[in-house]
Amino acid sequence: MFSSNNSPKLQGFLRSDGRKGIRNCIVVAYLVECAHHVAREIVDSFKGQPVHLIGFGGCYPNAYADRMMTKLCTHPNVGGALLLSLGCESFNRHRLAEEIAKTGRPVSTVVIQQTGGTRKSIDGGAAWVEQALKQIAEVPRAPLGVDELVVGTVCGGSDATSGISANPAVGRAFDMLVKQGASTIFEETGEMIGLEDVMSARAVTPELGHELKASVEKAAYYYKQMGHASFAPGNAEGGLTTIEEKSIGAYCKSGDSPISGLIKPGDVPRNGGLYLLDVVPDGEPKFGFPNINDNAEIAELIACGSHVILFTTGRGSVVGSAISPVIKICANPETYERMSDDMDVNAGKILRLEASVDEVGEEIYKKVLEVASGTQSCSESLGHQEFVLTYKSFEPIGPACLPM
Amino acid sequence: MQAEGQLRKLLRIHRDDNVLIVVSPVRAGDRDLMDGREIVFTQNIAIGHKVAARDIKTGEKVYKCGVPIGSAKEPIPAGAHMHLHNLKSDYIATYTLDKDHVFVK
Repeated sequence: MFSSNNSPKLQGFLRSDGRKGIRNCIVVAYLVECAHHVAREIVDSFKGQPVHLIGFGGCYPNAYADRMMTKLCTHPNVGGALLLSLGCESFNRHRLAEEIAKTGRPVSTVVIQQTGGTRKSIDGGAAWVEQALKQIAEVPRAPLGVDELVVGTVCGGSDATSGISANPAVGRAFDMLVKQGASTIFEETGEMIGLEDVMSARAVTPELGHELKASVEKAAYYYKQMGHASFAPGNAEGGLTTIEEKSIGAYCKSGDSPISGLIKPGDVPRNGGLYLLDVVPDGEPKFGFPNINDNAEIAELIACGSHVILFTTGRGSVVGSAISPVIKICANPETYERMSDDMDVNAGKILRLEASVDEVGEEIYKKVLEVASGTQSCSESLGHQEFVLTYKSFEPIGPACLPM
Repeated sequence: MQAEGQLRKLLRIHRDDNVLIVVSPVRAGDRDLMDGREIVFTQNIAIGHKVAARDIKTGEKVYKCGVPIGSAKEPIPAGAHMHLHNLKSDYIATYTLDKDHVFVK
């Protein structure tokens, strides 16, 4: 077993709420699509520097988008924020700026209509970012324990190998992280059909178990309304026999730890342990698919405080993210050989019987600490900073969801 | 515990598993070591499919990745291919399945 004594000494960027970041970036956030271009131009003039583009494209108000933007702009990896408003959108820019300012982070809002158009807004915004970068370089550093880390996981571009190499290895890394007191978050309730009871049995209280089960039932209903047929037992040709077996492919990323809570996008776990993130909207389907692509899920994991994302892929995804580094774990050895520049960990070794699931799990754990200590992940060094945020609606979690 | 290096075609994902995953194509007549004991495969088995890691009794829970994926429909000898013919789902939620498929056992 990898002992914590071998861990690199981690230093974090200390924020006013006591949380610590492993990165220190400025986010440039557009508050409607109409301000996207100006925001992107500003970000593009800081290539190679920690300036990330995020935003919400919609013109109509949405409580979920407000909450997501607030949580992202005050994420521990974020040192300050520049908000880009056209001027007439419904997004409440005043409240967002206030929430950011309350945390002591530098924040400024450029309203394009008031500033005098595109050119002046780009110039003014870029000048602010330049001085904000100097300002956040002074943020105090403090020792960061593994027990302060929040690590999320997601899979994308999956193939038949994902569920038997990379995903179980992430589960092993999650077990190691939980043992060290870290918070770990898994999601994809829509891919856990058939495992409700198995998952409920891992809950730290029966009441939480009931909530976990209900979240999968909600996902099943929601996807059915979307006309999604992926829950039908099938894919027997690839060797999958039962719906439970199909579902463990994604589920086994959670490892073997007890499940400490159920959270929704923007809820930050306050204690270590393993958490299920319920990403499926509440109520009747309103705005379409729960998550339109992998990056929508990554943004939600980050809004829950994830410092790092463990992304497993078989066919070969290349995405990264704004705000938090994405670590790629490649499940398929052939994909790894073809796309090794994009892959941080080769879990395909497991299928070639060159390494055990435990060994790759340990490699992932070490990679998390390495990236937390400042080393760039592959997607990060390649400049990937994908981001997407769409309309959704949620009810707050109930008291049974966080028993600890 | 057996050394995983002994298995040339079979992968054990989790210590609690009673199935192993085929990671390179198995041909009828191929031999492999399983928990120190030699087994001879009686049929071709494709990559990604499962074989019994030990003798499994009728009704016994089948574990993959440490998670129950169903139960055995009949006695399954170590090394036998496990699929629709000898493994059934224990899942009985009706809302994901069409009415015709409710309680498929």
